[in-house]
Amino acid sequence: MLIAVISGFIFALVIPLIMGWLKPKSTIWVAILPFSIFGFFLSKLPLIMAGETLKISYQWVPSIGVNLDFNLDGLSFLFVLLISGIGTLVFIYTSAYLKGHHYLDRFYGYLSMFMASMLGLVLSDNIYTLFIFWELTSISSFFLIGFNNDNPASRKSAITALAVTGIGGLFLMAAMVGLGQITGVYQISALAPLAKSIQSNSLYGWVLFFLFIAAFTKSAQFPFHFWLPGAMKAPTPVSTYLHSATMVKAGIYLLARFTPILGNHEWWNSTLIIVGAITMTYAAIHSLFRLDLKGILAYSTISALGILVFLIGLGTKEALLAASVFILVHALYKATLFLVTGIIDHETGTRDIRQLGGLNKVMLPVGIAAMLAAISNAGIPPSFGFLGKDLIYDATLGMGDIAWLLTGLAIFTNAALLFAGFLAGIKPFVGKLPDKFKKIHLPGPAMYVPPLLLGVLGIVFGLAPGLIEGSIIKPAVQAVTGTTPDFHLKLWHGFNLIIILSALTMGSGTILYFLLKPSEGLLSKVTRFEKASPQSIIFAIANSFVALGRHWTRFFQNGYLRYYLITILAFLSILLGYRFFTGVELYVDTAKLTEVTLYEAIVILIMASAIFFTVFSKSRLTAVASLGVVGYSFCMIFLFYSAPDLAMTQFSIDTLTVILFVLVLYNLPRYLVLPDNNDKIRDGMLALVFGALISVLTLEVMNESVTKEISEYYAKNAYILGKGKNVVNVILVDFRGFDTMVEITVLAIAAIGVFGLLKLHLKSTEKE
Amino acid sequence: MKTLIFKTASVYLLPLLLLFSIFILLRGHYLPGGGFVGGLMASIAFVIHSFANGIEKTKNIMTIHPGFLMPIGLLLALASGALPLFFGEPFLTGLWMENAVPVIGLIGTALFFDTGVYLVVIGVTLTIIFTISEGL
Repeated sequence: MLIAVISGFIFALVIPLIMGWLKPKSTIWVAILPFSIFGFFLSKLPLIMAGETLKISYQWVPSIGVNLDFNLDGLSFLFVLLISGIGTLVFIYTSAYLKGHHYLDRFYGYLSMFMASMLGLVLSDNIYTLFIFWELTSISSFFLIGFNNDNPASRKSAITALAVTGIGGLFLMAAMVGLGQITGVYQISALAPLAKSIQSNSLYGWVLFFLFIAAFTKSAQFPFHFWLPGAMKAPTPVSTYLHSATMVKAGIYLLARFTPILGNHEWWNSTLIIVGAITMTYAAIHSLFRLDLKGILAYSTISALGILVFLIGLGTKEALLAASVFILVHALYKATLFLVTGIIDHETGTRDIRQLGGLNKVMLPVGIAAMLAAISNAGIPPSFGFLGKDLIYDATLGMGDIAWLLTGLAIFTNAALLFAGFLAGIKPFVGKLPDKFKKIHLPGPAMYVPPLLLGVLGIVFGLAPGLIEGSIIKPAVQAVTGTTPDFHLKLWHGFNLIIILSALTMGSGTILYFLLKPSEGLLSKVTRFEKASPQSIIFAIANSFVALGRHWTRFFQNGYLRYYLITILAFLSILLGYRFFTGVELYVDTAKLTEVTLYEAIVILIMASAIFFTVFSKSRLTAVASLGVVGYSFCMIFLFYSAPDLAMTQFSIDTLTVILFVLVLYNLPRYLVLPDNNDKIRDGMLALVFGALISVLTLEVMNESVTKEISEYYAKNAYILGKGKNVVNVILVDFRGFDTMVEITVLAIAAIGVFGLLKLHLKSTEKE
Repeated sequence: MKTLIFKTASVYLLPLLLLFSIFILLRGHYLPGGGFVGGLMASIAFVIHSFANGIEKTKNIMTIHPGFLMPIGLLLALASGALPLFFGEPFLTGLWMENAVPVIGLIGTALFFDTGVYLVVIGVTLTIIFTISEGL
């Protein structure tokens, strides 16, 4: 199982190398990878049907609970089949859709990286690896949305999507850390029995809040939904795969996965119902007025995700069953519609719904696929969608007091979805064929077979629900609810209320389809409300953040070394001064101080005169040389107090510093001309204050009782453990060798920086 | 600064100072010294030579650009740290030979680590100083 997950990452690395060697016609063979993963997981079917789970664990960083734990249960099984199955079709489709594209290798690399991260996400049994794979899906999605990177709109959408889902990822991390704090358990499958203690913990509210933000950003729930329509800038296979069938369902997966652990609580249910209901109706209304095929599909996807959140929020057995079925229903028909849209776009060059029509005459198989998907989407019997819709009504009707409100919302949403499905799946193919599209021909089978297959499956599962009932749906529901479910999927339950509601949905949706003609005017009426939409508000916040950052940087990072120094010293002086005046009793024990020897007095005298020269000399070189004298005098003091190591190092460093100074100053004017005396006085005051404070601090430190444990340990063990008599050196190269290693790396980086900055001879046009 | 005395002296000073810096490096484990100070001294030796004879001549003596000493030193330090991994010990564990070698004393991974530090320090210092003085 680990290989199945990892292979995608390896493939992503290898594909750019082998792509040049692969002939353009044979790129279709890359689909072998997702197909074999699909086959591998399908071979585990008997295991899953028996209600068992497949667990694999690899130790990674056991000390902080991060392990590569994978657990294949019913819910994961449903998702891995979707990921690898639709993945196979998308891989095949891409080989034709992007045939001969310059960066096809990159595209497949990103795609298989995404597939691997998504598989890892739904298989992870460890809360930290879950987070890692979650972030990896965001990152691969970023690359795929921005695939047409010469288009500024693509880049902007990619960044928006990354920002929204990335923030969600951080919230997921917070939620997971919270869970770890409460329980001390990092295995998801081991958390369910602890549900009671988690829900009574005071941190429960926070965990829930963080988890919800993560799920809502990923699954494009209101008010974070806006990144998804933007993400449609990606090539159509990406929209199919990531933004309708799999990645956006990661949030749904997360909620479903944590239902047995965090669910069945008032906060959980009401939040999800409210957010889900708002999202599904809001997006359904929006989908009515779009003109771009992909825009319609994007909003109807958001709406469908809203339904799923809503169903998980209801939390009853019926609702969770409906959610499991609807995940599959939606993946099948929405992927088909997206693939069909891609074909239309590819062949006609437009996605504008007003211009399209009559395409059945030129590409019948595509039309059939689209129609099947539209039927399943509309929930017309005998499609799989009909089954899904029935289950949704069944779930909402069982909700007691608010049953009719919820059912009403569901009917409205479903009617709007039906409208959107007809608009995308039927309207482009019926009616009169415009003259300009007469020359269009059917694309190759690699493009139309995948949607046709998915469309047919949407009907087959409806006619024979037994195919998936025991194998996929039951284990999934079992994984979410924690109990063995007893239900039977069938098309016809007899004539009852649900059938009437279903007919009502179909009727109103169809009427809507014939009455409402999409037009520019209607669209502009809807977009007028954009100013108050969550997207504008969040963008405004983001922009003001950037503006604040710009001002902040301009103020502090002004580029003048002298102001940096002033800021640093003034800040430290204020901090130290404040501390000294509030609560530190200044006390110097004169008895502890040793006598001043003659040598020391002489060195101090040299130092004082050197400082005098530094400050008052008009020549820069004299000032630097005098500073060197101060440094050497320090070495003497180190020597007096028996620290030859320090003295030696200080001596070398000082020599080199003076050399460096001289080199730099060589080109500056030889004599200092200070503009005015006020600056001098200000700098002098600051220097005196800071120096005085540091002196006081040094004297005070001597009063502190020193803990000698560490230095004693080093002194004692330097020879025993490090085989050295020079304790300082043993610390450097042995006890704290890792620090030294990092330090020399930093040194090297600094040198490369200096080299790069000074050797960089930019042309005048390249300078900002 | 290109006086005859300084020039002549620098030619003799370079090997002497380099020898001294290696001496400082080697004694580091037992007496004051070590890779860092040794490296600084070696750099000073080269800097003195370059001041007297010009950077080009010093570079000729070194044959490679001092910048290359940085990766060499880093790799040496890394390798000496990684060596214990092959003996089943954690990264950077000190390994020592049983018997002392004359003059140098006990040889252990720490010595190679310190030599790495020595090379990196020379590389960093000389890269910075040479780059700055060439840029002016």
